[in-house]
Amino acid sequence: MTILVLAEHHDTQLDEATAKAVSAAGRMGGEIHVLVAGSGCRAAAEAAAGLAGVALVLLADAPSLSNRLAEPVAALVVGLASGYDAILAPSTTSGRNILPRVAALLDVMQISDVIAVDGPDLFQRPIYAGNVIQTVRSTDAKKVLTVRASSFPAASIAAAAAPIETVAIPEDPGRSTFVRSELSRSERPELAGARIVVSGGRALASAENFETVLAPLADTLGAAIGASRAAVDAGYVSNDLQVGQTGKIIAPDLYIACGISGAIQHLAGMKDSRVIVAINKDPDAPIFQVADYGLVADLFEAVPELHTAVAAEARA
Amino acid sequence: MKILVAVKRVADPNVKVRALADGSGVDLANVKMTMNPFDEIAVEEAVRLKEAGRANEIVVVSIGPEKSAETLRTALAMGADRGLLVRTEATVEPLAVAKILKAVAEAEKPDVIITGKQAIDDDANQTGQMLSALLGWGQGTFASKLVVGDKAIEVTREIDGGLQTVSLALPALVTADLRLNEPRYASLPNIMKAKKKPIDERTPADYGVAVEPRLTVVRVHEPATRKAGIKVGSVGELVERLRMEAGVL
Repeated sequence: MTILVLAEHHDTQLDEATAKAVSAAGRMGGEIHVLVAGSGCRAAAEAAAGLAGVALVLLADAPSLSNRLAEPVAALVVGLASGYDAILAPSTTSGRNILPRVAALLDVMQISDVIAVDGPDLFQRPIYAGNVIQTVRSTDAKKVLTVRASSFPAASIAAAAAPIETVAIPEDPGRSTFVRSELSRSERPELAGARIVVSGGRALASAENFETVLAPLADTLGAAIGASRAAVDAGYVSNDLQVGQTGKIIAPDLYIACGISGAIQHLAGMKDSRVIVAINKDPDAPIFQVADYGLVADLFEAVPELHTAVAAEARA
Repeated sequence: MKILVAVKRVADPNVKVRALADGSGVDLANVKMTMNPFDEIAVEEAVRLKEAGRANEIVVVSIGPEKSAETLRTALAMGADRGLLVRTEATVEPLAVAKILKAVAEAEKPDVIITGKQAIDDDANQTGQMLSALLGWGQGTFASKLVVGDKAIEVTREIDGGLQTVSLALPALVTADLRLNEPRYASLPNIMKAKKKPIDERTPADYGVAVEPRLTVVRVHEPATRKAGIKVGSVGELVERLRMEAGVL
């Protein structure tokens, strides 16, 4: 079996989701190749070549691939597909955008958001916001799947780097053009890979309170900031900070939920965290049913107090 | 401009769906059903484009059992013009859905297809991308904003880390994300009017599409539930326990 992993990267940097997808591929058994498609992305390809378990890196470096639009990247992957038994990508927004297009062009039913690999054709995936887990066997000759990065450990660094091979790039189907991107700039760790996440809900009541109440605690802990859908809908923070069924699905070591009631759609995004802390003034909030440590308190008092306590420990 | 919107009837998102005891599937008996929330956003966007004079006809299509006609009726009450039910009792996977919708699109010749980014039952997030691939169209997935021109549509997409805007040559496909709009509630007069709007009925066989699943469901189970931990009495106790007991600080 030979498996192609579509890398998640930012041209000059490899995203950790790639290392996690490589370890998911490793559980299927077989030889793993990684495709790095982008523009000026040799650095990302070199990083991918250094991952344990990777036998070969395919480098597709062209301006037409610079923003990883679905149409040209899918055409590239489909062109390479004949050499592979399985094609896999992390279920980032990029993987979720591109891979179903690849699957349809190959006439394969994709398996989305795999959380466990039980064999070369047997996979577990969540349905109904993770309330139910489905185990499916694929009858397609070729497998196409996206994998949930937070469910797999990152592949380690290899002793010797795999070779990098340049691949030919098919003509851009020309159905779409990149206009612009507006990416949030933050000094904080990325939500998807952060060890600690401090998350706020509608109870924060304003965008300013995210900055004045939540941010000091997050920064002292070196944590990422997350939010419930209610907080995003209310316009307190941008949508890329949303944790939940339709936002990011994360599993940090420590998740601190502040003023989040705990709707099932939110729990779907964080219930695999190692330790969950909930701070909420409603003792009956559903978030307490999944929290390891619950504190029934007004977040506007408890969060600054927690910040002071953590800052004091950090100094000690 | 003609818009085709695809909608799915799903379990109400506020219902906690459970696995059947024998692990063969999920228990949907007596569960309240509704239009997939993302598809509602897709319908709303189409209706707004019509109200803004950008579109002149909205056709809404659903693939599913007889009761999916109710879902189509909801879309008609929101402002769609006519419905198409592709009736089947079988579970239809996204790939087969995309094949049926491709045939529908070839017959209807819409300029834009809008659908929800994912259905909240199977959480597959595939149909739009697959349909766009089969039609050879450009795709604007996870859309939070649309600007429709005469030859192209500009789609602002919700991506990891922020927003990306792409321009798609028409015809094109868009999948709706949460922030595209807030769907309206249909008014009583519009619900009454919707009863008179036509709903056509077909079957997958009419389009020559086989709906046999490619994936075999081996088992359906509920994940181990997380147990509630303890309530702490103070911030001081919380910090102490996080440091000494949980070892995460």
